[in-house]
Amino acid sequence: MTPLLVSDVALNELTACDVIQRVRSGETSSVEVTQSVLDRIESAEPTLNAFVSVDVERALARAESIDKRRSRGEELGDLAGVPIAVKDVICVRGGRTTCGSRILEHYVAPYDATVIERLHQADAVLVGKTNMDEFAMGSSCENSFFGPTRNPADPDRVPGGSSGGSAAAVAAHETILALGSDTGGSVRQPAGYCGVVGLKPTYGRVSRYGLVAFASSLDQIGPVAKDVADAALLLSVIAGHDSRDATSVDEAVPDYPQKLTGEVEGLKVGLAEEHFGAGLDEEIRSAVEETARRLEEQGAEIVSPLSLEVAANPDYCIGAYYIIATAEASANLSRYDGVKFGFRHRGRSDGRADLLEMYRQSRSSGFGAEVKRRIMLGTYVLSAGYYEAYYLEAQKVRTLIRRDFEKAFARCDVLLSPVAPTTAFPIGEQIDDPLQMYLNDVYTVSVNLAGIPGISVPAATSSEGLPIGVQLLAAPFREEALLQAARAVELGLPSIPTPMRS
Amino acid sequence: MNYETVIGMEVHVELETAAKMFCRCRAHHFQIPPNSHICPVCTSQPGSLPVINGRAIELTVMTGMALNCQIRRHSVFDRKNYVYPDLPKGYQISQYGEPLCEEGWIEMRVDGGETGRSLRRVGIVRVHLEEDTGKLVHSGNSSLVDYNRAGVPLMEIVSDSSLRSSEEACEYVQKIRQLVRYLGASSGDMEKGAMRCEANISVRPTGSVDFGTKVEVKNLNSFRSVRNAIDYEVKRQIETLEEGGSVRQVTMGWDENDGFTREQRSKEYDDDYRYFPEPDLKAVDLSDDWIEAVRSRLPELADARAPRFQSEFGLTAEEAALLTEDQALAAYYEEAASKPGADPKQVSNWIVGQLFRRLKEEEITIEEVQIRPDELVELIGLVKDGTINQTAAREVFDRMWEKDAASPTRIVEELGLKQLSDSGELEQAVAAVIAENPDAVKKIKTGNEKPIQFLMGQVMRATRGKANPQLVQELVRRQISG
Repeated sequence: MTPLLVSDVALNELTACDVIQRVRSGETSSVEVTQSVLDRIESAEPTLNAFVSVDVERALARAESIDKRRSRGEELGDLAGVPIAVKDVICVRGGRTTCGSRILEHYVAPYDATVIERLHQADAVLVGKTNMDEFAMGSSCENSFFGPTRNPADPDRVPGGSSGGSAAAVAAHETILALGSDTGGSVRQPAGYCGVVGLKPTYGRVSRYGLVAFASSLDQIGPVAKDVADAALLLSVIAGHDSRDATSVDEAVPDYPQKLTGEVEGLKVGLAEEHFGAGLDEEIRSAVEETARRLEEQGAEIVSPLSLEVAANPDYCIGAYYIIATAEASANLSRYDGVKFGFRHRGRSDGRADLLEMYRQSRSSGFGAEVKRRIMLGTYVLSAGYYEAYYLEAQKVRTLIRRDFEKAFARCDVLLSPVAPTTAFPIGEQIDDPLQMYLNDVYTVSVNLAGIPGISVPAATSSEGLPIGVQLLAAPFREEALLQAARAVELGLPSIPTPMRS
Repeated sequence: MNYETVIGMEVHVELETAAKMFCRCRAHHFQIPPNSHICPVCTSQPGSLPVINGRAIELTVMTGMALNCQIRRHSVFDRKNYVYPDLPKGYQISQYGEPLCEEGWIEMRVDGGETGRSLRRVGIVRVHLEEDTGKLVHSGNSSLVDYNRAGVPLMEIVSDSSLRSSEEACEYVQKIRQLVRYLGASSGDMEKGAMRCEANISVRPTGSVDFGTKVEVKNLNSFRSVRNAIDYEVKRQIETLEEGGSVRQVTMGWDENDGFTREQRSKEYDDDYRYFPEPDLKAVDLSDDWIEAVRSRLPELADARAPRFQSEFGLTAEEAALLTEDQALAAYYEEAASKPGADPKQVSNWIVGQLFRRLKEEEITIEEVQIRPDELVELIGLVKDGTINQTAAREVFDRMWEKDAASPTRIVEELGLKQLSDSGELEQAVAAVIAENPDAVKKIKTGNEKPIQFLMGQVMRATRGKANPQLVQELVRRQISG
């Protein structure tokens, strides 16, 4: 099908800000944009597999009702008619929420996550649920019961993970916006691999109510968008206190889009020497350095060298992260036992009732290898006799990481670093080497341990034509500074590296 | 060899909050359709999150204060990991290392000492807050699960091991029940499962300082169970030792029907609950102001109220103890006894006598009684001023019991129970009785006083019990001797 073109840009290739303007003015209808996105999904999905489920009827009905309300002269919400895809780890009432797992293959959530309520209130159009590493555990989107998602820039490569489906869908224009979740880099790293913008807000900035927990003290929902302005807009819609999430913070939400100018005059941008050590791809190193140079040109002040002795030391941060994340996960995933919901194995082959066997078989065949690996690891580090040596030590490291960042942010407004040590790697390359896979998260996990916000923004294209992102970090609740700097990175680019075009 | 019994109690108390511990579902779960008070949170739907019910914290802190505990300014909820179908999340949110209340005590009277009863102080190790589990219903080859109870606030009170007999353990549990009822923290109804006990029991040769191996006995859901299970277990342990065996550290379940303890699991492979701080909840930080505000709202407890009743109302220790046993009863008594013109002693007599009789007969509580304290005082006043006699007063009392909001004065009028103190009318009745009973009169005249009671009874019968007995006696004597 020929994409619907408006001044030679297909509707599905518009940014959210463009769509809102056109829908509000009546130039374009939400149904047209939604249809264009759905058409793209239809043509791209056989290659990409970015979605677990797409609800065509519901999306179009929703778009239609928004168009009707507009034609009656009603004021539309902040995301007036914009199609959005949601990572399949966020509950949407009445639809399947699988978490990329067999154990939840047929699970239908009985309630909407808080972010979904907010999207509805803002008049967004939910088009579908995106693929992911099972229970958000992974960095490649290969650990999904529903098969791997492929990178739009090169379908032989991974899109990153765990929010690989969301990043790929945005990059491939299968949606205008998407939500992901970030526990150790799961929004930022795939955004970097796919060439889109991915933001992990401050812990507590966005309600986790309805986000299926991987590691409760680290998880945070974040926007995936085509540019910084769209990310700012989506953040302003989903951010804010929620009485249903005791860890959400009651802090006023600034008008992020309003304040977004890209003005960085006098902004202090820090570079930590540990972020440029061994294992970092040369092209990525120069992309980060080039970004720093451009920011300086725009008036930013480069603060270098800064030191993040603990926070950027893989031995500390990867270790602490995989202990804390798996410990929490081992408890969070206990509820999937075949009793109340999800996949149930009938247990004994002779059909006799045996509770223990039912548990064992349901979990053994319901969970994939990576999830089981992490449940075992987490169970181990919490066990009597090991708790002090692992879990408690990891908590101490976590405190040190937090302090490291506090010290750094006393000297600069934002930190600039790589997102991942390499560009998107070929599918299957690291799947049998979990430790190598864990090292993908070396620049991202500390951010979750410290609870600070981070953003991944496209900065260059590799010699192989793959997107290279850079990461910006800020102190808690300083998303404004983060977005401002990210916008400046965007503005500094000779031309925005475009993801795969329709 | 003589043995000493060593017992520590763990008492679980369901708090009477409107909502559950971590969600807004109603906490009420007794005799309602299965799975009717449930939501995504208390059924552990993926993505759901707990939010602390502040009232449960307050009630627990109040209990801790009443148990003379240290209240922690900083307290933490933990995840206690274990798997069972009645536990929806696969972990229970509880408190481990930093409970709300620690190191308290409670005083109770126990047998022994020079006076036969002595005051004993039992240490409270901790009071913490957790969530209740659901319930399994077994039917035939399958089991069903009801999550109405899942997430109901459950307070656990752990004593030290200073209890020495099943009687002491029962007395302790009774004191705890009285306390939580006074505080309005719980109904304390064991038969409804609002209070459930576990006992840690060991025996040791008398005089030994080392503790014996302890056995945990669960499922003690009535005072009878507490007594019988402890007695059974102590006997079993002593017999085992006497036979040269050794007690194994196990968890037993008490079977009230069969009357014995049954091994549930061996403690040799110690349960590993893999506790860690609940990341979905922030630590509970209590300010001094908040704690003091709660303290100021603490009601007067039985231990303080009983001596005050003695001195203020002139009651005996026994009467005061009876009237303060229950908070609502004590409040009822105090309201009545404090009314202008009320005779506190008479009020006590009426409550302990007539009111208790009816409560017992009908198996209801003081809260359900229709008679208001001021009406009871009014009734007592009618006796005192001679309007009615005791017999009539009892009849009025029974009418008041059944009728809504009828004043005793009105009932007296309606039933025509007003005492006959008019000597003219009574003279005739007495004269008639004397005329009908010449034999009795003869006996009295010869100095045998006994038939006077008989004649009085006849007069009372003739006047349908309304006659003023003193006046009747006077008239009988006067007419016989006159």
